[in-house]
Amino acid sequence: MKPDADIVVVGAGIVGAACAMECSRAGLSTIVIESRFAGGGATAAGMGHLVVMDDSPAQIALTRLSCEMWRELEPELPVSVEYDSCGTMWVAADAEEMDEVHRKSGVYAGAGVDSELIDSRKLYEYEPNLRPGLAGGLRVPGDAVIYPPVAAAWMLERAVSNGAKFVKGKKVQSVRPGGEAIMEDGSLVRGRTVVVAAGTHSAELVPGIAVRPRKGHLVITDRYPGHIRHQLIELGYLKNAHKTTRDSVAFNVQPRKTGQLLIGSSRQYDAPNGAVEESITARMLDRAFWYLPHLKDLQCLRVWTGYRAATPDKVPLIGPATDCKTAEPIEGIWLATGHEGLGITTSLGTGRIVAERLGGKSASIPFGPYEPSRFPPYTEEVH
Amino acid sequence: MSGPFPEVIGLSINGRNVSVPKGTTVLAAVAIAGVGTTRVSVTGAPRGPLCGMGICHECGVTINGRPHQRSCMVESLQGMTVLAGGES
Repeated sequence: MKPDADIVVVGAGIVGAACAMECSRAGLSTIVIESRFAGGGATAAGMGHLVVMDDSPAQIALTRLSCEMWRELEPELPVSVEYDSCGTMWVAADAEEMDEVHRKSGVYAGAGVDSELIDSRKLYEYEPNLRPGLAGGLRVPGDAVIYPPVAAAWMLERAVSNGAKFVKGKKVQSVRPGGEAIMEDGSLVRGRTVVVAAGTHSAELVPGIAVRPRKGHLVITDRYPGHIRHQLIELGYLKNAHKTTRDSVAFNVQPRKTGQLLIGSSRQYDAPNGAVEESITARMLDRAFWYLPHLKDLQCLRVWTGYRAATPDKVPLIGPATDCKTAEPIEGIWLATGHEGLGITTSLGTGRIVAERLGGKSASIPFGPYEPSRFPPYTEEVH
Repeated sequence: MSGPFPEVIGLSINGRNVSVPKGTTVLAAVAIAGVGTTRVSVTGAPRGPLCGMGICHECGVTINGRPHQRSCMVESLQGMTVLAGGES
Protein backbone atom coordinates (compact mmCIF):
# COMPACT_ATOMS: atom_id res chain seq x y z
CA MET A 1 0.00 0.00 0.00
CA LYS A 2 1.24 3.46 -0.83
CA PRO A 3 2.31 5.40 2.28
CA ASP A 4 0.69 8.75 3.09
CA ALA A 5 4.12 10.36 3.46
CA ASP A 6 7.82 9.57 3.67
CA ILE A 7 7.92 10.65 7.31
CA VAL A 8 5.19 10.66 9.94
CA VAL A 9 6.33 12.50 13.06
CA VAL A 10 4.42 11.74 16.27
CA GLY A 11 4.62 14.74 18.58
CA ALA A 12 5.13 18.44 17.89
CA GLY A 13 7.34 19.31 20.81
CA ILE A 14 10.55 21.02 19.86
CA VAL A 15 12.18 17.70 18.86
CA GLY A 16 9.29 16.62 16.62
CA ALA A 17 9.02 20.11 15.15
CA ALA A 18 12.75 20.15 14.35
CA CYS A 19 12.52 16.68 12.76
CA ALA A 20 9.62 17.90 10.63
CA MET A 21 11.46 21.08 9.64
CA GLU A 22 14.66 19.27 8.67
CA CYS A 23 12.93 16.37 6.87
CA SER A 24 10.65 18.67 4.87
CA ARG A 25 13.58 20.92 4.03
CA ALA A 26 15.43 17.86 2.72
CA GLY A 27 12.53 17.19 0.33
CA LEU A 28 10.93 14.34 2.29
CA SER A 29 7.13 14.46 2.40
CA THR A 30 6.20 14.88 6.06
CA ILE A 31 3.14 14.65 8.30
CA VAL A 32 3.25 15.80 11.94
CA ILE A 33 0.61 14.54 14.38
CA GLU A 34 0.11 16.30 17.70
CA SER A 35 -2.56 15.40 20.26
CA ARG A 36 -2.67 18.81 21.97
CA PHE A 37 -0.67 21.76 20.65
CA ALA A 38 2.88 22.42 19.50
CA GLY A 39 5.44 22.59 22.30
CA GLY A 40 3.02 21.88 25.14
CA GLY A 41 5.06 19.30 27.09
CA ALA A 42 8.64 19.49 28.30
CA THR A 43 9.23 22.14 25.60
CA ALA A 44 7.04 24.64 27.46
CA ALA A 45 8.24 23.64 30.93
CA GLY A 46 12.00 23.93 30.38
CA MET A 47 14.48 26.80 30.54
CA GLY A 48 15.46 27.18 26.90
CA HIS A 49 19.22 27.14 27.36
CA LEU A 50 21.25 26.48 24.19
CA VAL A 51 24.38 24.95 25.65
CA VAL A 52 27.34 22.81 24.67
CA MET A 53 27.64 20.02 27.26
CA ASP A 54 30.66 17.78 27.67
CA ASP A 55 29.26 14.94 29.72
CA SER A 56 30.31 12.44 27.01
CA PRO A 57 31.78 12.60 23.48
CA ALA A 58 28.35 11.82 22.03
CA GLN A 59 26.80 14.63 24.03
CA ILE A 60 29.39 17.21 23.05
CA ALA A 61 29.12 16.23 19.36
CA LEU A 62 25.34 16.63 19.31
CA THR A 63 25.18 19.80 21.43
CA ARG A 64 27.99 21.43 19.42
CA LEU A 65 26.33 20.65 16.08
CA SER A 66 23.02 21.88 17.46
CA CYS A 67 24.38 25.15 18.87
CA GLU A 68 26.01 25.84 15.50
CA MET A 69 22.68 25.25 13.79
CA TRP A 70 20.94 27.60 16.24
CA ARG A 71 23.47 30.34 15.50
CA GLU A 72 22.91 29.86 11.75
CA LEU A 73 19.16 30.06 12.28
CA GLU A 74 19.25 33.08 14.57
CA PRO A 75 18.90 35.81 11.90
CA GLU A 76 15.69 34.15 10.67
CA LEU A 77 14.07 33.69 14.09
CA PRO A 78 11.20 36.04 14.95
CA VAL A 79 11.74 38.43 17.88
CA SER A 80 9.17 36.44 19.89
CA VAL A 81 11.64 33.51 20.10
CA GLU A 82 13.68 35.86 22.36
CA TYR A 83 17.04 34.54 21.18
CA ASP A 84 19.67 36.04 23.49
CA SER A 85 23.33 35.28 22.92
CA CYS A 86 24.15 35.82 26.60
CA GLY A 87 26.56 32.87 26.80
CA THR A 88 27.08 30.54 29.73
CA MET A 89 29.24 31.17 32.78
CA TRP A 90 30.27 27.95 34.53
CA VAL A 91 31.00 29.14 38.07
CA ALA A 92 33.88 27.59 40.03
CA ALA A 93 33.47 27.87 43.79
CA ASP A 94 36.96 26.74 44.82
CA ALA A 95 40.39 25.61 43.62
CA GLU A 96 39.17 22.07 42.99
CA GLU A 97 36.48 23.39 40.68
CA MET A 98 39.05 25.62 38.96
CA ASP A 99 40.90 22.41 38.03
CA GLU A 100 37.65 21.31 36.46
CA VAL A 101 37.49 24.64 34.59
CA HIS A 102 40.85 23.86 33.00
CA ARG A 103 39.84 20.32 32.09
CA LYS A 104 36.55 21.54 30.64
CA SER A 105 38.20 24.28 28.61
CA GLY A 106 40.55 21.66 27.13
CA VAL A 107 37.63 19.47 26.12
CA TYR A 108 35.84 22.42 24.52
CA ALA A 109 38.98 23.44 22.65
CA GLY A 110 39.32 19.88 21.37
CA ALA A 111 35.76 20.02 20.08
CA GLY A 112 36.26 23.41 18.43
CA VAL A 113 34.11 25.28 20.96
CA ASP A 114 35.30 28.73 22.09
CA SER A 115 35.59 29.27 25.82
CA GLU A 116 37.33 31.80 28.05
CA LEU A 117 39.09 31.09 31.34
CA ILE A 118 37.82 33.54 33.94
CA ASP A 119 39.74 34.41 37.10
CA SER A 120 38.10 35.65 40.26
CA ARG A 121 38.52 39.36 39.44
CA LYS A 122 37.03 39.00 36.00
CA LEU A 123 34.18 36.88 37.32
CA TYR A 124 32.97 39.80 39.45
CA GLU A 125 33.39 42.24 36.57
CA TYR A 126 30.99 40.11 34.55
CA GLU A 127 28.73 39.09 37.41
CA PRO A 128 28.92 41.49 40.36
CA ASN A 129 25.95 39.90 42.12
CA LEU A 130 27.72 36.58 42.69
CA ARG A 131 28.74 35.91 46.31
CA PRO A 132 32.27 36.98 47.29
CA GLY A 133 35.06 34.43 47.51
CA LEU A 134 34.41 32.38 44.38
CA ALA A 135 37.42 31.09 42.46
CA GLY A 136 36.51 31.91 38.85
CA GLY A 137 34.81 30.19 35.97
CA LEU A 138 34.60 29.27 32.35
CA ARG A 139 32.74 31.54 29.94
CA VAL A 140 31.23 29.96 26.83
CA PRO A 141 30.22 32.92 24.65
CA GLY A 142 28.53 30.89 21.90
CA ASP A 143 25.79 29.56 24.18
CA ALA A 144 22.43 31.31 24.15
CA VAL A 145 18.89 31.39 25.50
CA ILE A 146 15.53 31.13 23.70
CA TYR A 147 11.82 30.84 24.52
CA PRO A 148 11.23 27.22 23.48
CA PRO A 149 7.47 26.91 22.80
CA VAL A 150 7.59 29.80 20.35
CA ALA A 151 10.65 28.27 18.68
CA ALA A 152 8.81 24.94 18.33
CA ALA A 153 5.78 26.63 16.80
CA TRP A 154 8.05 28.53 14.40
CA MET A 155 9.83 25.34 13.29
CA LEU A 156 6.46 23.76 12.66
CA GLU A 157 5.41 26.75 10.55
CA ARG A 158 8.65 26.34 8.63
CA ALA A 159 7.86 22.66 8.05
CA VAL A 160 4.36 23.53 6.82
CA SER A 161 5.75 26.15 4.44
CA ASN A 162 8.13 23.44 3.17
CA GLY A 163 5.02 21.40 2.36
CA ALA A 164 4.58 19.36 5.53
CA LYS A 165 1.10 18.61 6.83
CA PHE A 166 0.25 19.37 10.47
CA VAL A 167 -2.49 17.27 12.05
CA LYS A 168 -3.50 18.89 15.34
CA GLY A 169 -5.73 17.50 18.09
CA LYS A 170 -5.45 13.85 17.09
CA LYS A 171 -3.83 11.36 19.38
CA VAL A 172 -1.77 8.46 18.06
CA GLN A 173 -2.94 5.44 20.02
CA SER A 174 -0.28 2.99 18.87
CA VAL A 175 2.34 2.38 16.22
CA ARG A 176 2.84 -0.86 14.29
CA PRO A 177 5.58 -2.34 12.14
CA GLY A 178 5.44 -1.14 8.57
CA GLY A 179 5.32 2.55 9.51
CA GLU A 180 1.75 2.53 10.77
CA ALA A 181 0.36 5.09 13.19
CA ILE A 182 -3.08 4.16 14.53
CA MET A 183 -5.17 7.08 15.69
CA GLU A 184 -7.59 7.07 18.62
CA ASP A 185 -10.54 6.99 16.21
CA GLY A 186 -9.09 3.87 14.59
CA SER A 187 -7.93 5.61 11.43
CA LEU A 188 -4.49 4.84 10.10
CA VAL A 189 -1.68 7.08 8.89
CA ARG A 190 1.12 5.28 7.15
CA GLY A 191 4.63 6.57 6.57
CA ARG A 192 7.70 4.99 5.08
CA THR A 193 8.97 5.79 8.54
CA VAL A 194 7.11 6.83 11.69
CA VAL A 195 9.33 8.94 13.96
CA VAL A 196 8.11 8.77 17.56
CA ALA A 197 9.07 12.11 19.14
CA ALA A 198 6.58 12.05 21.99
CA GLY A 199 9.01 12.78 24.84
CA THR A 200 8.13 10.94 28.05
CA HIS A 201 5.05 9.50 26.30
CA SER A 202 7.16 7.67 23.72
CA ALA A 203 7.32 4.56 25.91
CA GLU A 204 3.52 4.30 25.69
CA LEU A 205 3.91 3.82 21.92
CA VAL A 206 7.12 1.79 21.89
CA PRO A 207 7.16 -0.27 25.08
CA GLY A 208 10.38 -1.01 26.89
CA ILE A 209 12.49 1.87 25.62
CA ALA A 210 15.08 3.24 28.02
CA VAL A 211 13.25 6.50 28.79
CA ARG A 212 12.06 7.53 32.24
CA PRO A 213 10.32 10.74 33.31
CA ARG A 214 12.57 12.94 35.41
CA LYS A 215 10.75 15.72 37.21
CA GLY A 216 12.11 19.25 37.48
CA HIS A 217 11.09 22.48 39.22
CA LEU A 218 11.57 26.04 37.99
CA VAL A 219 10.99 29.44 39.58
CA ILE A 220 10.54 32.70 37.67
CA THR A 221 10.98 36.20 39.11
CA ASP A 222 9.69 39.61 38.16
CA ARG A 223 11.88 41.80 35.91
CA TYR A 224 15.34 42.77 37.16
CA PRO A 225 17.37 43.61 34.05
CA GLY A 226 21.12 43.27 34.50
CA HIS A 227 20.98 41.31 37.76
CA ILE A 228 22.96 38.63 35.94
CA ARG A 229 24.36 38.72 32.41
CA HIS A 230 25.11 35.10 31.56
CA GLN A 231 23.30 31.90 32.20
CA LEU A 232 25.05 30.94 35.44
CA ILE A 233 25.65 27.30 36.29
CA GLU A 234 27.67 25.82 39.10
CA LEU A 235 30.59 23.73 37.96
CA GLY A 236 29.47 21.02 40.29
CA TYR A 237 26.43 20.81 38.00
CA LEU A 238 27.32 17.52 36.41
CA LYS A 239 28.07 15.83 39.70
CA ASN A 240 24.93 17.31 41.28
CA ALA A 241 22.50 17.15 38.36
CA HIS A 242 23.55 13.76 37.17
CA LYS A 243 23.52 11.78 40.34
CA THR A 244 21.09 9.22 39.03
CA THR A 245 20.32 7.65 42.37
CA ARG A 246 18.37 10.30 44.28
CA ASP A 247 16.74 13.72 44.15
CA SER A 248 19.24 16.42 43.32
CA VAL A 249 19.38 20.18 42.96
CA ALA A 250 21.94 22.39 41.24
CA PHE A 251 22.51 26.13 40.83
CA ASN A 252 21.39 27.14 37.35
CA VAL A 253 19.98 30.65 36.82
CA GLN A 254 19.08 32.21 33.49
CA PRO A 255 18.55 35.85 32.49
CA ARG A 256 15.53 36.31 30.21
CA LYS A 257 15.34 39.07 27.63
CA THR A 258 12.44 40.55 29.62
CA GLY A 259 14.74 41.02 32.62
CA GLN A 260 13.14 38.10 34.43
CA LEU A 261 15.26 35.39 36.02
CA LEU A 262 14.57 31.68 35.70
CA ILE A 263 15.88 29.79 38.71
CA GLY A 264 16.62 26.05 38.58
CA SER A 265 17.22 23.25 38.78
CA SER A 266 15.99 20.01 40.33
CA ARG A 267 15.96 16.39 39.19
CA GLN A 268 13.77 13.61 40.56
CA TYR A 269 13.05 10.11 39.38
CA ASP A 270 9.89 8.34 40.50
CA ALA A 271 8.16 11.53 41.63
CA PRO A 272 4.63 10.61 42.72
CA ASN A 273 2.99 13.45 40.77
CA GLY A 274 3.62 16.78 39.09
CA ALA A 275 2.83 18.96 42.10
CA VAL A 276 5.23 21.66 43.20
CA GLU A 277 7.11 20.25 46.21
CA GLU A 278 8.05 22.73 48.90
CA SER A 279 11.06 20.77 50.15
CA ILE A 280 12.65 20.49 46.70
CA THR A 281 11.85 24.12 45.83
CA ALA A 282 13.41 25.26 49.11
CA ARG A 283 16.58 23.21 48.50
CA MET A 284 16.85 24.56 44.97
CA LEU A 285 16.40 28.17 46.09
CA ASP A 286 18.87 27.75 48.98
CA ARG A 287 21.46 26.61 46.47
CA ALA A 288 20.73 29.62 44.25
CA PHE A 289 20.81 32.04 47.23
CA TRP A 290 24.23 30.68 48.20
CA TYR A 291 25.64 31.80 44.83
CA LEU A 292 23.44 34.89 44.32
CA PRO A 293 22.58 36.26 47.80
CA HIS A 294 20.52 39.18 46.44
CA LEU A 295 18.04 36.80 44.80
CA LYS A 296 16.36 36.77 48.21
CA ASP A 297 15.28 40.39 47.71
CA LEU A 298 13.59 39.71 44.35
CA GLN A 299 9.92 38.98 43.79
CA CYS A 300 9.04 35.49 42.63
CA LEU A 301 6.12 35.26 40.22
CA ARG A 302 5.56 31.55 39.79
CA VAL A 303 6.88 28.04 40.45
CA TRP A 304 6.11 25.09 38.19
CA THR A 305 7.24 21.60 37.29
CA GLY A 306 7.78 19.48 34.19
CA TYR A 307 9.06 16.09 33.15
CA ARG A 308 12.19 15.43 31.12
CA ALA A 309 12.56 12.25 29.08
CA ALA A 310 15.73 10.79 30.57
CA THR A 311 17.92 7.91 29.35
CA PRO A 312 20.50 6.00 31.45
CA ASP A 313 23.50 7.46 29.56
CA LYS A 314 22.17 11.04 29.15
CA VAL A 315 22.25 10.62 25.37
CA PRO A 316 19.01 10.64 23.35
CA LEU A 317 17.54 7.78 21.34
CA ILE A 318 17.69 8.69 17.66
CA GLY A 319 17.22 5.94 15.07
CA PRO A 320 15.34 2.69 14.42
CA ALA A 321 13.30 1.42 17.38
CA THR A 322 13.95 -2.12 18.49
CA ASP A 323 11.49 -4.67 19.76
CA CYS A 324 11.78 -4.97 23.53
CA LYS A 325 11.62 -8.77 23.47
CA THR A 326 13.60 -9.74 20.39
CA ALA A 327 15.92 -6.71 20.16
CA GLU A 328 15.21 -6.74 16.40
CA PRO A 329 14.45 -3.43 14.65
CA ILE A 330 10.74 -2.64 14.29
CA GLU A 331 10.25 -2.05 10.59
CA GLY A 332 9.39 1.55 9.78
CA ILE A 333 9.41 2.80 13.39
CA TRP A 334 12.03 5.27 14.59
CA LEU A 335 12.63 7.06 17.85
CA ALA A 336 13.65 10.66 18.49
CA THR A 337 13.31 11.04 22.24
CA GLY A 338 15.20 10.80 25.53
CA HIS A 339 16.78 14.27 25.30
CA GLU A 340 16.38 14.90 29.04
CA GLY A 341 17.31 18.50 29.89
CA LEU A 342 19.03 19.20 26.60
CA GLY A 343 16.17 18.78 24.15
CA ILE A 344 15.84 22.47 23.39
CA THR A 345 19.48 22.59 22.34
CA THR A 346 19.64 19.19 20.66
CA SER A 347 16.30 19.39 18.82
CA LEU A 348 18.04 20.84 15.76
CA GLY A 349 20.87 18.30 15.68
CA THR A 350 18.33 15.52 16.14
CA GLY A 351 16.27 16.80 13.22
CA ARG A 352 19.42 16.97 11.11
CA ILE A 353 20.46 13.39 11.94
CA VAL A 354 16.96 12.05 11.23
CA ALA A 355 16.71 13.92 7.92
CA GLU A 356 20.19 12.86 6.80
CA ARG A 357 19.73 9.20 7.66
CA LEU A 358 16.21 8.87 6.28
CA GLY A 359 17.11 10.96 3.25
CA GLY A 360 20.12 8.76 2.48
CA LYS A 361 22.60 11.61 2.91
CA SER A 362 26.01 11.44 4.54
CA ALA A 363 25.89 12.24 8.23
CA SER A 364 27.08 15.52 9.82
CA ILE A 365 28.19 13.55 12.87
CA PRO A 366 28.51 9.78 13.48
CA PHE A 367 25.07 8.59 14.54
CA GLY A 368 26.15 5.35 16.25
CA PRO A 369 26.13 6.71 19.82
CA TYR A 370 22.44 7.68 19.52
CA GLU A 371 21.19 4.31 18.21
CA PRO A 372 18.34 3.09 20.42
CA SER A 373 19.67 -0.47 19.97
CA ARG A 374 22.58 0.35 22.30
CA PHE A 375 20.34 -0.59 25.21
CA PRO A 376 19.63 -4.29 25.76
CA PRO A 377 16.06 -5.59 25.51
CA TYR A 378 13.87 -4.45 28.34
CA THR A 379 13.59 -6.71 31.33
CA GLU A 380 11.73 -6.09 34.56
CA GLU A 381 13.82 -3.72 36.60
CA VAL A 382 15.56 -5.31 39.56
CA HIS A 383 15.42 -3.20 42.69
CA MET B 1 -6.73 52.91 68.36
CA SER B 2 -5.51 55.18 71.14
CA GLY B 3 -7.81 58.17 70.56
CA PRO B 4 -10.64 59.50 68.43
CA PHE B 5 -8.23 60.50 65.65
CA PRO B 6 -6.16 57.88 63.78
CA GLU B 7 -2.42 58.27 63.67
CA VAL B 8 -1.25 60.00 60.49
CA ILE B 9 1.53 58.59 58.31
CA GLY B 10 3.55 60.75 55.91
CA LEU B 11 5.15 59.23 52.82
CA SER B 12 6.42 60.29 49.41
CA ILE B 13 4.71 59.10 46.22
CA ASN B 14 6.60 59.99 43.03
CA GLY B 15 8.15 62.90 44.92
CA ARG B 16 4.87 64.21 46.30
CA ASN B 17 4.31 64.13 50.07
CA VAL B 18 0.98 62.64 51.13
CA SER B 19 -0.56 61.97 54.53
CA VAL B 20 -2.73 58.92 55.15
CA PRO B 21 -4.31 57.32 58.24
CA LYS B 22 -2.23 54.55 59.81
CA GLY B 23 -3.24 51.20 58.36
CA THR B 24 -3.60 52.53 54.82
CA THR B 25 -2.06 50.31 52.14
CA VAL B 26 0.61 51.78 49.89
CA LEU B 27 -1.77 51.17 46.98
CA ALA B 28 -4.41 53.39 48.59
CA ALA B 29 -1.76 56.04 49.27
CA VAL B 30 -0.75 55.90 45.59
CA ALA B 31 -4.41 56.43 44.62
CA ILE B 32 -4.75 59.31 47.13
CA ALA B 33 -1.68 60.88 45.50
CA GLY B 34 -3.61 60.84 42.23
CA VAL B 35 -1.36 58.29 40.53
CA GLY B 36 -3.36 55.77 38.47
CA THR B 37 -0.55 53.82 36.84
CA THR B 38 1.30 51.54 39.23
CA ARG B 39 3.66 49.84 36.79
CA VAL B 40 4.36 49.42 33.08
CA SER B 41 4.26 46.12 31.21
CA VAL B 42 7.24 44.55 29.45
CA THR B 43 6.22 46.39 26.27
CA GLY B 44 5.81 49.70 28.12
CA ALA B 45 2.00 49.69 28.44
CA PRO B 46 0.55 51.30 31.60
CA ARG B 47 -0.91 48.98 34.25
CA GLY B 48 -3.11 49.67 37.25
CA PRO B 49 -4.30 47.63 40.23
CA LEU B 50 -6.67 44.79 39.45
CA CYS B 51 -7.23 42.22 42.20
CA GLY B 52 -6.30 44.12 45.35
CA MET B 53 -5.34 40.89 47.10
CA GLY B 54 -1.76 40.16 46.11
CA ILE B 55 -2.40 37.78 43.25
CA CYS B 56 -2.21 39.74 39.99
CA HIS B 57 1.05 41.68 40.59
CA GLU B 58 -0.35 44.64 38.61
CA CYS B 59 0.07 47.04 41.55
CA GLY B 60 3.84 46.53 41.70
CA VAL B 61 5.72 49.69 42.73
CA THR B 62 9.21 50.53 43.97
CA ILE B 63 9.24 50.99 47.75
CA ASN B 64 12.40 52.38 49.36
CA GLY B 65 14.39 51.35 46.27
CA ARG B 66 13.04 47.79 46.06
CA PRO B 67 11.16 47.29 42.77
CA HIS B 68 8.06 45.16 42.09
CA GLN B 69 6.54 45.38 45.58
CA ARG B 70 2.84 44.54 45.55
CA SER B 71 1.49 47.81 46.97
CA CYS B 72 -1.89 46.33 47.88
CA MET B 73 -0.17 44.04 50.38
CA VAL B 74 2.11 46.61 52.06
CA GLU B 75 1.08 49.00 54.82
CA SER B 76 2.19 52.63 54.52
CA LEU B 77 4.96 53.52 56.97
CA GLN B 78 6.27 56.90 58.04
CA GLY B 79 8.92 58.21 55.63
CA MET B 80 8.43 55.63 52.88
CA THR B 81 9.57 56.56 49.38
CA VAL B 82 7.34 55.12 46.70
CA LEU B 83 7.85 55.25 42.95
CA ALA B 84 4.90 54.20 40.80
CA GLY B 85 4.16 54.12 37.10
CA GLY B 86 7.41 52.44 36.15
CA GLU B 87 9.61 55.20 37.60
CA SER B 88 12.66 53.99 39.47
